[in-house]
Amino acid sequence: MNTENNNAIEVIKLKKQFGDFVAVNEVSFSVHTGEIFGLLGPNGAGKTTLIRMMTTLTPPTSGKAVVGGHDVVSDADGVRHAIGVIPQALTSDPELTARENMAIHAKLYGLTSAERQRLIPSLLESVGLTEFADKLVGSFSGGMRPRLEIARGLVHSPKILFLDEPTTGLDPVSRTAVWEMINKLKESAGLTILLTTHYMDEADRLCDRIAIVDHGLLAALDTPTRLKDSVPGTDIVKAEFDNPPANWNAALEKLDGVSTVTAQDGVTHIASNSGPLTVGALMDLAREHHVGVRRVSVQGTTLDDVFLYYTGRQLREAASETLRRDLSHLYK
Amino acid sequence: MKFQRIFAIIERDMRKFFRSPALMMSSMIFPLMQLIVLGYAFGGKIKGIKIAVVDEDRSAASRDVRQRFDAIVAGPQTMKIEDYNSLSDAETDLRTGFVRAVVYIPVDFSRRMEEGNRPRIAFIEDNTDNFVTSELLTRMQSLVQDINQGLNPFQPGQRLAVAAPRLNPLVDLQIVEVYPYIEYIKYLLSGSIAMSIFIVAMIGGGITFIDDKSRGLHEGYLVTPIKKSELILGLIFSGAFKGLMAGTTITLIGGLIAGISRLWDPVRLVYLGMVLTTTSVAMLSFMFLLMVRVSDPLVPRAIFGVLNTLLYFPSGAIYPIEGFPVWLRWISYIDPFTYAVHGLKALLLKDAGFQAIYSDVLILIGFSVVLVGLSVAFFRRQI
Ligand SMILES: Nc1ncnc2c1ncn2[C@@H]1O[C@H](COP(=O)(O)OP(=O)(O)OP(=O)(O)O)[C@@H](O)[C@H]1O
Ligand SMILES: [Mg+2]
Repeated sequence: MNTENNNAIEVIKLKKQFGDFVAVNEVSFSVHTGEIFGLLGPNGAGKTTLIRMMTTLTPPTSGKAVVGGHDVVSDADGVRHAIGVIPQALTSDPELTARENMAIHAKLYGLTSAERQRLIPSLLESVGLTEFADKLVGSFSGGMRPRLEIARGLVHSPKILFLDEPTTGLDPVSRTAVWEMINKLKESAGLTILLTTHYMDEADRLCDRIAIVDHGLLAALDTPTRLKDSVPGTDIVKAEFDNPPANWNAALEKLDGVSTVTAQDGVTHIASNSGPLTVGALMDLAREHHVGVRRVSVQGTTLDDVFLYYTGRQLREAASETLRRDLSHLYK
Repeated sequence: MKFQRIFAIIERDMRKFFRSPALMMSSMIFPLMQLIVLGYAFGGKIKGIKIAVVDEDRSAASRDVRQRFDAIVAGPQTMKIEDYNSLSDAETDLRTGFVRAVVYIPVDFSRRMEEGNRPRIAFIEDNTDNFVTSELLTRMQSLVQDINQGLNPFQPGQRLAVAAPRLNPLVDLQIVEVYPYIEYIKYLLSGSIAMSIFIVAMIGGGITFIDDKSRGLHEGYLVTPIKKSELILGLIFSGAFKGLMAGTTITLIGGLIAGISRLWDPVRLVYLGMVLTTTSVAMLSFMFLLMVRVSDPLVPRAIFGVLNTLLYFPSGAIYPIEGFPVWLRWISYIDPFTYAVHGLKALLLKDAGFQAIYSDVLILIGFSVVLVGLSVAFFRRQI
C-alpha cells in the first residue's frame, strides 16, 4: 500500500478534540523509514495525544495517519502488528518478573514458544537486564523499567517503535544508557523510531529530525542542525578581562556584529550574530588597549533558542506553565 | 478469536494472584467470619426475658394462671417472672426497660371466670423488638390455650371431670436446644459461599481491574493486537477461577464448621462444582459489566457496600424470598446470588440431586452469556 515512498509514518491533517479543547490541531508530517524522529514540546503540547492516535489507542477527530502502510482507523490491527509502543506511563506489570512480562506480551502478539525462547533472552540481554530477568519488576530501579519496556516493545520484531518520553524522570546515567540503547536500535536495520521528549539535549543528540509541537500545533520540523541555523544569529560570547578601562563596554559594543553587552559577576556577555568574528575583533581590541583576556568562549545556538524563536516562549517557561505533571486525563 | 491471547491474559492474572495470597485470604475471612458470627448471633433461642406479673385478683383461679406461667418458665427459660404489686409500678418498669412485658390479672378475673363471662388477662408488651415480641406472643398464646383447655366450655365455672391432656408445646424446643446454633449456620452457609465468590469478583474483578487501568497497565496490552472479546473473556475466566477456588474453600471449611453431613460425597461435590463454577462466571461477568466504563479507582471501593447489600440480602441467603415485598422480589430475580444460593441450599441442606439445580445452573449460564455480550459491546478498546 505504501511501497512507492519510503515513509514509515504519514500523518495528514491529524486533529484531536476533547470537547471544545483542541489537543492536536491538524498536524501533518512524515517519518522516513530508518530515522529517529523526535516530537519536542512542553507538557500538554499534545505529544502523547499524537502518539496515541498513531498507535490506534485514541481515535482521531479528523485527518489521517498511515503507519507502516496501514491506516490507523481502517486497519488498526495491521498497525498494531507493525508497531512497538512504549507508552508514557510505565505499563509493565510490577507484580510479574521481567521475563514473565515479556512472555505474556509475546503471547499477545501470537509468538510461538520457540520464538519466545529465542527472542526474550536475547532482548533482555540487549537491554542489560539478563541478571534481573527473574526479578519482580516492582523491585526495579527507575532506570531499569524503561529498558524493560523497550525490550518488551520489541518482542514481536516491529518495524516502527514509538517511545513516549522514554527518559523523563531518569538520572543522567540512566538517561545516557537509554540514549545508547535507542541509538543501537537505530543501527539494527530498518527500525524506525518516533520518540517524544521535552529535553532539548535529548532531541539534539538522538534525533535525525525534530518536530517542535506547541499547543497542538506543529511549529517547525527539520534536522537539529538546520533548525539551529534557521534562527538568526544569537551567538553569545562570554569573556573575562583583567583591569579593563572605564569605557570598555562601550568600546566592545562598537565591534562588528555586536548587538548588546552586559556584565554579570565579572563575566561580560556579548550578544553577536557571528561569534568567531566578534572574538577576533575582541582580541585585537584587547591587545591594542593592553587589556588582559583571562577567558573567552562562544556559545552557539541551542534548541532552546530554536524553541524560543518558533514558539515565542522559553521551553522552560512553557514547561512550568504545566509544572504539575497530572497524568489523570490520560486514562479517561 | 485467538485462545493464546485469552490464555495470556489468564496467565498474567493467575501469576499475580498466586504471588499475593492476601486477596485469597481477604476474600475468605469475611464470609467465614460472617457465617460464624451471624450463625451464632441469630441461631440461639431467646432466653431470660423479664416479665412482670401483677395479680390483683389474688384468687385460686389467678394463682392457677401464675402456676402455669411458672411451668412454662421452667422449660426453655424464655422468660423470667417478677411479681409486682401494682400495675403502675409494672408499667413504669416496662417503660424504663426493666421488664419487657406485663401480665395483668385484673380484680374481676375469678368472678368473670365463675360467671363464664370472658375472663381477661391483659398482656402489655414492649413492642420495639420484633424478635422478643414474637417470641413472647407465641408463649402467651400457648399459655392461654393451655388455660382454656382446662375449662369446660358448656358449663361455665366447672372444670372438666377429666382434664384434656396438657400439651406441652415446649418439648420440641428442648430438642432444638441440643444443637443450639447449627441449624441457622447451615442455612447461612450457602449465602457465605456466594459471598466469598462475590468478594473475589469485587476485589479480583472490580478493584484490581480499575487499579490496573488507572496505573496505565491496560495501555500496555491495548497497543497489542488483542481483541476486546479476548481481553474480556480472559479477565472474566481468570477472575472466575479465583472465585471458584474461594467458593470451594468456603464450601469445605464452612461445611465442616456448620456440620454438613456427608460433605465429601463425590457426586454432590460434582454438583457443587457446577453451581460454584457457573456462579463464579456469572458473578465476574456481572462485575465486569458494572466496571466496564469506570476508571476512577474509588468507584469500586465506594460501591462495594451497596452492591453487597443489593446482592446478598435479596438472594434469600438469610431470609426466605417468600417474605419479601414485590419490589424486593424483583431484585432477587435478577440477582445472580439468588440462583447460587438456591442451588447451594438444595445441595447442602436438602441433599437434592441434579433436578434441583439444573435450572439454577442454566439461568447462571444465561446470565453470563448476556452479561459478557453487553460487556463486549460497552468496552472501549480505545482510550
Ligand atoms: N482524554 C482527554 N480529555 C481531555 N483532555 C485531554 C485528554 N487527553 C489529553 N488532554 C489534553 O490535551 C492536551 C495534550 O495532552 P498530551 O497528553 O497529549 O500532552 P503531552 O504533550 O503528551 O504532555 P506531557 O509532556 O505532559 O506528556 C493537554 O492539555 C491535556 O490536558
Ligand atoms: Mg505526554
